[in-house]
Amino acid sequence: MNFRRIGTSLIAPAVGLFISLAATALILIAIGANVITIFSSMWTYGTSPRAMTLMLNLATVYFLSALAVSIGFKMNLFNIGVNGQYILGSLAAAVVASNLQLPKVLSITLTILTAMLVGAAWAGIAAWLKVARGVSEVISTIMLNFIAIGIISYLIVRTSIGTETGVNIRGTKLIPESGMLRGNAFIDPETKVYGFFIISIFVGIAYWFLLNRTRFGFDLRATGKSATAARTSGVQSTRMIVTAMLLSGAIAGLVGLPYLLGQTGSYNLQFPTEWGFIGIAIALLGRNNPLGIAVGAIFVAFLDVSSGQLVLEGVPREISTIMQGLIVIVVVISYEVVRRNQVKSEQRSVARALAKQEVSA
Amino acid sequence: MSESSIAVELQGIWKRFPGVIANSNINLKVTAGSVHAIVGENGAGKSTLMKILYGMQKADEGSITINGSPLVFNSPADAIAAGIGMVHQHFMLADNFTVLENIILGSEPKSGGKLDFAKAREIISDIANENGLAVDPDVLVSKLGVGDRQRIEILKVLYRGARILILDEPTAVLVPHEVEELFNTLRDLKKQGFTVIFISHKLDEVLSIADEITVIRQGTTVGRVNPHAEKVSARDLAEMMVGSQLPTPQSVGNTIQDQVVLTVENLRVIATGGKAVVDGVSFKIRAGEILGIAGVEGNGQAGILDALMGIASSTGEVTFQDEAISKKSTRHRRDLGIGFIPEDRQRQALLLEAPLWENRMLGHQTKAPNAKGFWLNPRGAKADTKRIVAEYDVRTPSIDVNASALSGGNQQKLIVGREMSDNPKLLIAAHPTRGVDVGAQAAIWDHVRNARQAGLAVLLISADLDELIGLSDSIKVLLRGKFVADADPATVTPQELGTAMTGAGKAA
Amino acid sequence: MTYLKSRRFIGAAFTAITMLSITRTITSNGDLTSTVTIAQALVFASPIALAGLAGIWAERAGVINIGLEGMMILGTFGAGWAGWQWGAWAGVLAGIVFGAIGGLLLAVATVTYGVDQIIAGTAINLLALGTTKFLAILLFTNAPGGGQAQSPPIKGEIPVFTLESIVTPLTALHEKGIFFVSDLAGLVAGLFYNMSLLTIITVLLFIMTSYLLWKTAFGLRLRSAGENPWAADSLGVKVVQYKYAAVVFSGMLAGLGGAYLSIASTIYRNGNTAGRGYIGLATMIFGDWRPGGTAAGALMFGYIDTLRLIDTGNQNVKGLILLGAIILLAIGAWMLRSAKRNAAIGFLLLASVMVGAYFSATSFPPEVAQVAPYITTLLVLATASQNLRPPAADGIPYRKGEDH
Repeated sequence: MNFRRIGTSLIAPAVGLFISLAATALILIAIGANVITIFSSMWTYGTSPRAMTLMLNLATVYFLSALAVSIGFKMNLFNIGVNGQYILGSLAAAVVASNLQLPKVLSITLTILTAMLVGAAWAGIAAWLKVARGVSEVISTIMLNFIAIGIISYLIVRTSIGTETGVNIRGTKLIPESGMLRGNAFIDPETKVYGFFIISIFVGIAYWFLLNRTRFGFDLRATGKSATAARTSGVQSTRMIVTAMLLSGAIAGLVGLPYLLGQTGSYNLQFPTEWGFIGIAIALLGRNNPLGIAVGAIFVAFLDVSSGQLVLEGVPREISTIMQGLIVIVVVISYEVVRRNQVKSEQRSVARALAKQEVSA
Repeated sequence: MSESSIAVELQGIWKRFPGVIANSNINLKVTAGSVHAIVGENGAGKSTLMKILYGMQKADEGSITINGSPLVFNSPADAIAAGIGMVHQHFMLADNFTVLENIILGSEPKSGGKLDFAKAREIISDIANENGLAVDPDVLVSKLGVGDRQRIEILKVLYRGARILILDEPTAVLVPHEVEELFNTLRDLKKQGFTVIFISHKLDEVLSIADEITVIRQGTTVGRVNPHAEKVSARDLAEMMVGSQLPTPQSVGNTIQDQVVLTVENLRVIATGGKAVVDGVSFKIRAGEILGIAGVEGNGQAGILDALMGIASSTGEVTFQDEAISKKSTRHRRDLGIGFIPEDRQRQALLLEAPLWENRMLGHQTKAPNAKGFWLNPRGAKADTKRIVAEYDVRTPSIDVNASALSGGNQQKLIVGREMSDNPKLLIAAHPTRGVDVGAQAAIWDHVRNARQAGLAVLLISADLDELIGLSDSIKVLLRGKFVADADPATVTPQELGTAMTGAGKAA
Repeated sequence: MTYLKSRRFIGAAFTAITMLSITRTITSNGDLTSTVTIAQALVFASPIALAGLAGIWAERAGVINIGLEGMMILGTFGAGWAGWQWGAWAGVLAGIVFGAIGGLLLAVATVTYGVDQIIAGTAINLLALGTTKFLAILLFTNAPGGGQAQSPPIKGEIPVFTLESIVTPLTALHEKGIFFVSDLAGLVAGLFYNMSLLTIITVLLFIMTSYLLWKTAFGLRLRSAGENPWAADSLGVKVVQYKYAAVVFSGMLAGLGGAYLSIASTIYRNGNTAGRGYIGLATMIFGDWRPGGTAAGALMFGYIDTLRLIDTGNQNVKGLILLGAIILLAIGAWMLRSAKRNAAIGFLLLASVMVGAYFSATSFPPEVAQVAPYITTLLVLATASQNLRPPAADGIPYRKGEDH
């Protein structure tokens, strides 16, 4: 455990948090709200059992989204298309799950596999465009997001995939209880923590192992640090890019499942479509590291849940989005500053240590 | 002694960087209208001194006097204003701009808000003709070769009215006949009253062109020599530079075995655009043999290296120990036992932002001690990294620092140590001691020679002709993608080799 | 240089008009090249063109600006907020200023602090999105005619011109349906019908950019910051200043594009940009980082957008698909000639699918039209990305004095 390194990597998020809190306080003051009461009512509500449950549920979603983005980031690939990948994955999963009458384990497994396959396939389009035609994945994944929305709208509104599931709501057939993962109400007696929460922890652990303890993970990280060095060391860059994007898309496909299997049981046009972007922010905050991402996910989820209180005080809850945006900007700047200092100070300490060695030698 | 004026005088220059003293009490006196050479080893402090003279760095202590007036330089603009121009070792040219645009950048002639291209063309052709530097102003720089690019760098400097030119290692990338052209240009400039300061470590060349030589060692001036007035040889200068007896790379004895390790037949590599950068190259290397390839940079060496490592596609047969590997992946070739020391260590051989022990794994991540099957073995890698650090004298306080923290020479030692571990059968080494200080250079040569004794086959590409002649058992000369001559290292001289490298004659 | 460019331009224009004419004749859909359509296409093209131009300014100085979308969003918001209170021109000004703020933020993060440019741009997009949503709720909910996600209507208008003497006869000529001539007439008439002052400003900005960046010392130095900033620095060029100027101006242009959007739809609305910042980047790549090509790309997108929107009989989409098929056929054929077999096969396959779709379906669901711009962007990038050259130091963080 290198404590100095851990210490320095906490500076940036701490600075980001501080500046963002300060800026938020300023905004609140500017619009005439009482900062103290707002922060304290957010905290009180946020630490209540029901809010904590909601927070864990939301954090599960954010965690998966950020993991998906991180695999890309580690390779210097920008998968901004998590939105499109997970809505298509969720729709496909909903369709498959609603047509199955199998024991729970089988049903869930098939549902997960479907979501991962569809997400990976959608990301694969961007991957192919990049390696075969040199198209920047930043733009292509964003375009694919918009196209995915169109496809979903078409499928739900104009084909038999969508049916009337409620008053003026069209969505997929309801998933039978044997296919749901509603979870347990172990924090608050009234509200359940999604069953997928446990699964996502396993996904996180698997991610860490894959990246840090396997040859493939080494190849992936090496390509991200220096594509030329990786190639000289035997990594085939095209294969790496495609594999990384497919993996990223596969994890992205899972993002909608906690909510789908834990709560709604059906995919309709009300399904949230913005969880991908939040994943990007959290991946940046968590420095592409599963532990950091977990902490970031919980933090952002806490903000989102407790900011629901703000509406009661007449403050738009979107202030939490501003906080998130601010944190991201300040944090990425701080990371860069810290990193540069680290490189310089390491060079200096190496030089000093060597000078000492030479004197004593 | 007649009172010739002093164009440049640097007195008592000190410059410290964190952890190292680059210049300590350096003195420099350059006579006006002369060619003055500054020689010293890599890392001796020559570049830093010139950066101070050109305003890119500021000295901690000391004074600068130009043509009798003490001046202070806060930026290159000040130095330019004082009539100093610097031709950098690594050319500073924008490939996508034309020659004209590169020359006038920052000092553009204008006519009423608009850039006056016509006037620029006029000025440039005047300067070019006056000094014998022919150039087409509308060509894109990306299309030009090295000699032409250097000419543009000189024009850049003359365009801004420089009377004192600093050239930083100008012949590092030139072929012997291009060097002669450059020296003729310098002699012409001298006749026109320009002063030339010339940084180099190529002592033969320095002796042929310089009027005065200043020797710098470990950040300080150790001598000032006038080759016209005193008898001084390259060896004398080298000993002043290094301060001790020079090591020789001479390989001793015949260690060549019968077994052929590498066979290359009719290797061709086509670059984008259709040109054959490697045009039918064939050779064999036996166990215990070092084959050296001599050639000016850009004649196909990179193509051969990339093809052998599987990074570039090629046609022709490549056989490694009876296995045809022409179509096999880079990883497969490495796994078979081919080690590779690439030319550009920072971009091809290292992960700068990763600790040393992870760099130990780079290129060898499929085998022990770095990996067990699918899984990585950090403990094994760390232990082995410690071994390499000890055996190859890599100066570092720990194996957890990032590779970026090491000096270039120590990075190279780590790379050599890594590639020589895992018992390779074939080592492909491109400029293995480039940028490495003299002591470490000797150590690396020792390691290579020992491995050769044990049966290692080596393909050696180097621009250091002494290294090439000293280490190799046989030498082939590469020109425009083809082998054009063979040379026997026991009898060939660097001059003969250099001549063959430019196609101007055959070596013995 | 110039006579070559005008020959290429004429050649391209000629090809485009011919393809349009063929499509119109086969589909007998006069709307494809009518005065109204073309005029509207210019309106839709301009914001995208401004985004593309903004991209050029930033990238020519070596800074990738992914944050264009966010800066456009800021521009739409500024125009809505200032516009409903103080009139359209105030809206334009506010849009430019808000976009500039976004540009400044990107400059600070990337030029001064060296943050990865794509990450910084993405962060700015997030920040812009959140900030505008928040401020919209705060400022517009209780304003007259406004709502939680949109502003009240913008007061006043930007002047609009129509040159009757050209428009009327040419429109009549267009109605006649003569191959090529009528289409050309429709095109020209469209240029002079309902031409907004903002569009004229956009065109002027394009011309100004061409001049500034390629004919002045300022432009040479700015471009040198994107080609080889270390060389520029060694010659005394203040690279950091040029990068800042370029990125802030880039933000201003994007903000102007956003303002244009709001004014054209008379209100600010959440999500009005719908990815146009990114589409603008695509036109920049398509245009080889030059104003001329970028404008052409933007015109193409504007045209597609227009057809989709005024598609009363659902016929325009069919026409678009046919046109797209014809273009893909042409590209595929050209690629075959340049020996790019795999890509050529891909394009020809796609073209045949589209032709098949055209002839077999009577109408297409609106979602096809909805995703048309994005699919087009992908196709454009798939064609263009490989052989083009961005500025040599584009995307590389620059630090003064560092060796590279």
